[in-house]
Amino acid sequence: MPLAVELRRLSFGYGGGPLVLRDVDLQISTGEFVAIAGPNGGGKTTLMRVALGLEQPSTGEALLFGEPADRFSRRSTLGYLAQRSQLGVDAPATVREVVSAGRLAVGGLLGPLRRRDRAIVTDAIERVGLSGSADVPLRTLSGGQQQRAFIAKALAAEPSLLVLDEPTTGVDVDSQEALAALLDRLHRELGVTVLYVSHEFGAVERFVERLVLVRGRIVFDGSPSELPHVWHDPSHIHA
Amino acid sequence: MLELEFMRLAFGAGLFVGLLAPAVGFFLVQRQLSLVGDGIGHVAFAGVAAGYLLGLPPVLTALVASIGGAGAIEWLRSRKHTAGDQALALVFYTGIAAGVVLISLAGALDVDLFGFLFGSILTTTRGDLALVATLGIAGLGTIALLYRALAAIALDEEGARVAGVPVGLLNTALAVLAATTVAVSMRIVGILLIAALMVLPVIAASRIARSMRETLLLGMAIGVGSVLGGLTLAYYVDLPPGGTIVLLAAAAFLVTSAASGLRRG
Repeated sequence: MPLAVELRRLSFGYGGGPLVLRDVDLQISTGEFVAIAGPNGGGKTTLMRVALGLEQPSTGEALLFGEPADRFSRRSTLGYLAQRSQLGVDAPATVREVVSAGRLAVGGLLGPLRRRDRAIVTDAIERVGLSGSADVPLRTLSGGQQQRAFIAKALAAEPSLLVLDEPTTGVDVDSQEALAALLDRLHRELGVTVLYVSHEFGAVERFVERLVLVRGRIVFDGSPSELPHVWHDPSHIHA
Repeated sequence: MLELEFMRLAFGAGLFVGLLAPAVGFFLVQRQLSLVGDGIGHVAFAGVAAGYLLGLPPVLTALVASIGGAGAIEWLRSRKHTAGDQALALVFYTGIAAGVVLISLAGALDVDLFGFLFGSILTTTRGDLALVATLGIAGLGTIALLYRALAAIALDEEGARVAGVPVGLLNTALAVLAATTVAVSMRIVGILLIAALMVLPVIAASRIARSMRETLLLGMAIGVGSVLGGLTLAYYVDLPPGGTIVLLAAAAFLVTSAASGLRRG
């Protein structure tokens, strides 16, 4: 199976400072659903940023679908959910306006959206179960519903790779479960490769095929069922 | 009132400024950059002073200085060399200090600075109106063309960057739009008050609007209403136009806040 993400002997430090990631080798095949977990400050978000070509590795190589990540030619097919603090959840936008923003790179920067693009936006809203709230202001929805709207925004790009950075932050436990089940369903229905980056992986543990634990380097890479029992204890991961 | 040519010119210029300032301010507010207009205004003051020193039209030199200041704020912010508020403070104080020094060097401390600082719309000439109309139409046209892109970045800048949207280029376009708005509007509401006209109508609109598009359009309506209402009030009650316009925009915020409170019950 072709690789969606490949990191080869990759190390990274910000601005020439101490290394945040050291000698990382990682291969993620297309169609996989992978959770990347680890303590805050452990380098998982940095790993994701380097993998997406947003940061240049100090040494080693980052590839997306076989191309150098920073020069990847099909960026419009990358769906990305940023950390909640970086999203304009307080903007007076409707769900439809948020999801339409996900069509920007595909549908063109100038002028209004075409009919086909609008149909894809409507479909993405339906997929995350927000049809009844499509024209409702985002700020009137719950944290979980807001995250669904931003997932729909990522889906509107018809992505081949969907990356979610701490998607459950600020979301209640029930909504975390629902969000994980939604991602599982989207992964199965669309066959999209999913990278779920979070400091905790409890909500998605039963859905992911593979868990990668990052603490400056990769300390575990395998099925969640193979994870030593002690690692399930968050205090161990954060130690 | 409209039988007087200076009032017709003032209304004409005010119409464009009332539409353009909130339209540009809308994107700044959504990105929590409400004070950027103020920072650019202070750099525009240095531009006006440079105009006097070099014997060039102050609006032209203010436009050049504003674009430079807006570019500097965006560069400092995007490179994360300094926090957003520090970048603003740096440009803010450098602009006002450079303005004072340049005005002094030009020996022009006695010129009509008050008009540039607080507006002197009643002295608008036909040439001023032509310039305001040209830049105003160009600015509004650019916003219409780039609306989806600028709104998408306001909602999720990092997501747009990942998807390969030219975020840096669009941020520069917004900075140039903000600079143009300041230069165009300084004769109307003044350098010290222009940021208010960019921000207050948008904040007022966001209290009751139910979408981004609605916020933008309502903000522009409040902007035009404030400018034309402020000019009318200033004419009949003999008040300074710039301050009256901004106070009306602030009053609009109180009205929409009350309406929002009533709606929530």
